[in-house]
Amino acid sequence: MKARVLVTLKSAVLDPQGKAIEGALRSLGVPGVSSVRQGKVFDVEMETSDPAKAEATLKDACEKLLANTVIETYRIELVG
Amino acid sequence: MKSAVLVFPGSNRERDAARALERVSGVKPAMVWHADTALPAGTDLVVLPGGFSYGDYLRCGAIAARAPIMDAVRAHAARGGLVLGICNGFQILCESGLLPGVLVRNARLRFICREALLKVERNDTPFTRRYARGAIVRYPVAHGEGNYTADAATLKRLEDEGRVLFRYVMPDGRRDDAQVLNGAANSIAGIVSEKLNVLGLMPHPENHVDPLVGPTDGRALFESLVGALEKA
Repeated sequence: MKARVLVTLKSAVLDPQGKAIEGALRSLGVPGVSSVRQGKVFDVEMETSDPAKAEATLKDACEKLLANTVIETYRIELVG
Repeated sequence: MKSAVLVFPGSNRERDAARALERVSGVKPAMVWHADTALPAGTDLVVLPGGFSYGDYLRCGAIAARAPIMDAVRAHAARGGLVLGICNGFQILCESGLLPGVLVRNARLRFICREALLKVERNDTPFTRRYARGAIVRYPVAHGEGNYTADAATLKRLEDEGRVLFRYVMPDGRRDDAQVLNGAANSIAGIVSEKLNVLGLMPHPENHVDPLVGPTDGRALFESLVGALEKA
């Protein structure tokens, strides 16, 4: 089955890259953007078709490698 | 002093580290590949050098921190063995859990390559015994992700326990967190572990050991290690 893992900075952590993108959008004249925060997306193909198993494996992957939980949080979406 | 310099794919300061160690201790360090699972017998000091291990993919130091050799480094540190992580080495130590916190993108997003002024906060550690307490030293910095950050409780603990060993300072010797070159919390340039045997720092002491190149402020750090091990 397919899954998508989203890793984003915790809200308390300053995101200088997001700030720079926010500034670039402003200078391009894109209206109505009040804030940008940058994150990462991992599209993962799992060998299992059991959602519970896939979720458990991905949680382990996030804790071990995909996210640094000191500054980041993660979200797992099973795409099916 | 028996030292080992770890080499990851993408390390690029391992020879500078090895040269500084050999120059000061008189003994050539062993170069240890990341895929090895053991350190040479009798290793006193492990050095994680600067560079761009694994091309900084995912996060700086994240993949190197999970390399096979790191279990041996963790065991060495747990035994009280000395570990020194410089620049990317500091990032790897944070990612591996040997030091708290994390190094994120510089606050003003630029790669910084210049000399930095640092204050040596204490000289009762194996890394700084040959410096005067409060000494101001010059080491070069060369990093894009040297902005040290940790949660408030961790920062408080580091400060309360006196574990900030090196701090960026202004030319007048005072710290200015609003103007610190990379945005690091509390102007932190280097921290030590609870048992004072693991040091991670962003600046490069190994590049200031030869009068031919310039200042030699970094020499005393390596002399401190030699002295600490002779005494032991």
